[in-house]
Amino acid sequence: MVKVHLWSGLRRFTDGGEVVQVQADTVGQMLDGLVAAHPGLGPVIAAGVSVSIDGVLTASRFAAVSEANEIYLIQRIKGG
Amino acid sequence: MAKDERTTEFRLIGTRPNRPDGLDKVTGRARYGADMTLPGMLFAAVVRSPHAHARILKIDASAALALEGVKAVVTRADFPTGLTGEDWNLQENSMAGDVALYDGHAVAAVAATSRLLAEDAAKLIKVDYEVLPHVIDVDDAIRPDAPVVRTGAADHSVPAGAPPNVVKCVDFGHGDIEAGFAAADLVREQTYKTEATHQGYIEPHACVAQLGADGKGEMWVCTQGQWYIRRMCAAVLGIDASGLRVTPSEIGGGFGGKTIIFMEPLALALSRKAGGRPVKLVMSRSDVLRATGPTASASMDVKLGMTKDGKLTAAKVNFRMQGGAFLGASPVGEALSCALACYDIPAVQHDGVEVLANRPKAAAYRAPGSPMAAFAVESLLDEMCHELGLDPLDVRLKNAVHEGVKASYGPTYAKIGLVEVLEATKAHPNLLAKLGPNQGRGIASGFWFNHGGETSVSLAIGEDGTVTVSAGTPDIGGSRASLALMVAETLGIEYEAVRVNIVETGALGVNEPSHGSRATFATGKAAVEAARQAIGEMCRRAAKEWGIEEEAVVWKDGAAMPAGPNAGKFPPMTIAEIGAKMGGTGGPISGHHETNAEGVGASFGAHVVDVEVDPETGRTTILRYLVVQDAGRAIHPAYVEGQYQGGAVQGIGWALNEEYVYGANGRLQNAVFLDYRIPVASDLPMIDTVIVEVPNPGHPYGVRGVGETGITPPLPAIANAVAMATGARIRSLPLSPPKVLAAIKAKGRG
Repeated sequence: MVKVHLWSGLRRFTDGGEVVQVQADTVGQMLDGLVAAHPGLGPVIAAGVSVSIDGVLTASRFAAVSEANEIYLIQRIKGG
Repeated sequence: MAKDERTTEFRLIGTRPNRPDGLDKVTGRARYGADMTLPGMLFAAVVRSPHAHARILKIDASAALALEGVKAVVTRADFPTGLTGEDWNLQENSMAGDVALYDGHAVAAVAATSRLLAEDAAKLIKVDYEVLPHVIDVDDAIRPDAPVVRTGAADHSVPAGAPPNVVKCVDFGHGDIEAGFAAADLVREQTYKTEATHQGYIEPHACVAQLGADGKGEMWVCTQGQWYIRRMCAAVLGIDASGLRVTPSEIGGGFGGKTIIFMEPLALALSRKAGGRPVKLVMSRSDVLRATGPTASASMDVKLGMTKDGKLTAAKVNFRMQGGAFLGASPVGEALSCALACYDIPAVQHDGVEVLANRPKAAAYRAPGSPMAAFAVESLLDEMCHELGLDPLDVRLKNAVHEGVKASYGPTYAKIGLVEVLEATKAHPNLLAKLGPNQGRGIASGFWFNHGGETSVSLAIGEDGTVTVSAGTPDIGGSRASLALMVAETLGIEYEAVRVNIVETGALGVNEPSHGSRATFATGKAAVEAARQAIGEMCRRAAKEWGIEEEAVVWKDGAAMPAGPNAGKFPPMTIAEIGAKMGGTGGPISGHHETNAEGVGASFGAHVVDVEVDPETGRTTILRYLVVQDAGRAIHPAYVEGQYQGGAVQGIGWALNEEYVYGANGRLQNAVFLDYRIPVASDLPMIDTVIVEVPNPGHPYGVRGVGETGITPPLPAIANAVAMATGARIRSLPLSPPKVLAAIKAKGRG
């Protein structure tokens, strides 16, 4: 199980949890697992989120994740 | 710094060759958005709402269409229905539907055989409006009894019972916030406000568009991102993206404001209605200011806790931002994420809302949200340093984030360079300059994430060994030079042997725009990989020629050569020799790489500004200005310095003069540069720069991206300097002369 840190505003979709555990070996599995466990996260993830693994942003659904990683969902940021 | 002054492991990286687009630009050969002309071309003009909020009752174009030479008029009725989400936002912003949502909102467009005729025809299009109540100010818009801009626009984050114009709520944080404030010796809380400003690019939006009844078309357009233009126009018009071929022109500034569409779908719709004749649409400055992306205006509360020796113990920010009449246009999430990102604070709490107002749809502007956030946080930090008798630079160093620290927005920082930036700032001679009467010095830190993004690059070896790179990110800040340097460095050839072309949408896979400070990072990373791929193929061709294993060939100094004495004794085979023979050795040699670029490295900066304030007029003069920023690696230092200076100058304008001024009727009062005052050369001293290099391990040459961080510290740095010069702390921007003078007088009375 990987631990995913969510931003506080998503607590309403996760029964109050800011850290959610899901079974996943990749970012894609993790995002799909989050939506499966907490359907309210579906629109948020579909709208676009960034995933930080050990402080580095990844855009790949195939990026590996494990229990040892620090994983954060953060709002998608691009810039100007 | 000249090449021979550098001590570097690189041959070309870090040198300052002439820009490849320089001759075209100084001789006027470079083709900008308005320069394209086609046979049979028509000219377009747009009818815009004079009201901030009004129901469109009727549009009568009969008089316009009766003019000889008028070929088409389009309204929202000419666009498909049923769009949702951001596609609907883009369509609605391009052309109003039932309601005009801001002063300048397009309601109709006309194409005619000359520009003057089109403008005359536009005046003949009669629009009947029912004027509705409007709201402009962000704090007014959030009131429960404010005029409702649009119903049903809020997203999932807004709780029931929120004020009607609140469309998005954001909150995040970590640590025990109450314990953090309890541990502080000094707790202060203040409210700050910034006005909307425009990106101020000198080149107005311009395009030539052609679209046939078969849904196939072309567009030449001034843009930061041709694929974004293609996708957005296709969605708004209901055509296939691949049916539209978009070629970017040269670009005279964008700063985020040219990453989306405004009038481009109108030109396409007019062309389709005019039987496929090409249509040129060039915005006036007034159109640009009234109807294209300014940044958001902001109202912000900040609370900080600090110990007597300057350690931050807790921070709480609450931001309210309006980005016009459309959900998602304000950068409130980015602003919150950047607000406290420079500091290692045990407990932080961020709350924010996005609010609708009857103003143009905000677009990205250089580090969106970060400058406003920095103004609020860095201003209060400065106040508290002075209250405790602490050096503001030392306090920033004491609290500075570094690798391994948990960022205020959640994750743990990888390799970053804020400490190195602040140490370089402390060592700079500008800090030793003596200040005179009415003078003050301000300092502030700043941060931007930077961005990777979807990227596709191709590279081809020529028959003479020169190299052509096809890149998809418009050259908005010198990326052709930096790409050529990285490719030449990788291939071991001369800079001048590499030509970088910015290509149209049919030539590569999807590229995100030149935004997020990403072009040199992401396109550069892909270009280096493409060069490495070509090197691999050239080594294979040489191995075949020599009859040895390809693993026994290495690439060095622009040539294939045996890896060692055991590989055989062959003279180096240069890239020119390989290119000359490639037709007979297997055909063209190229490299290609596409990626959603990862490994992006954040960039931190610090600015120090000395000002003098005229106590009789309130006018602020910038005496000295220093930018220190971590570039990761400066591929072409002159361009990096240019980005630092450009960010500082835009920030100076934002801090001192720029603002959208609305009348009581909701109409923009200063829609020309004479009244919307951006800095000019005579307002400015030379902007001093120091490039700090803490290489980003996620890029082959260490690049972080430098385009955006530089606009973040100027707002608070200047406010802090003005406060020191006058003794009056002003917590709203701009620090225009009347406001500064009033603050000085109020202090005198106090």
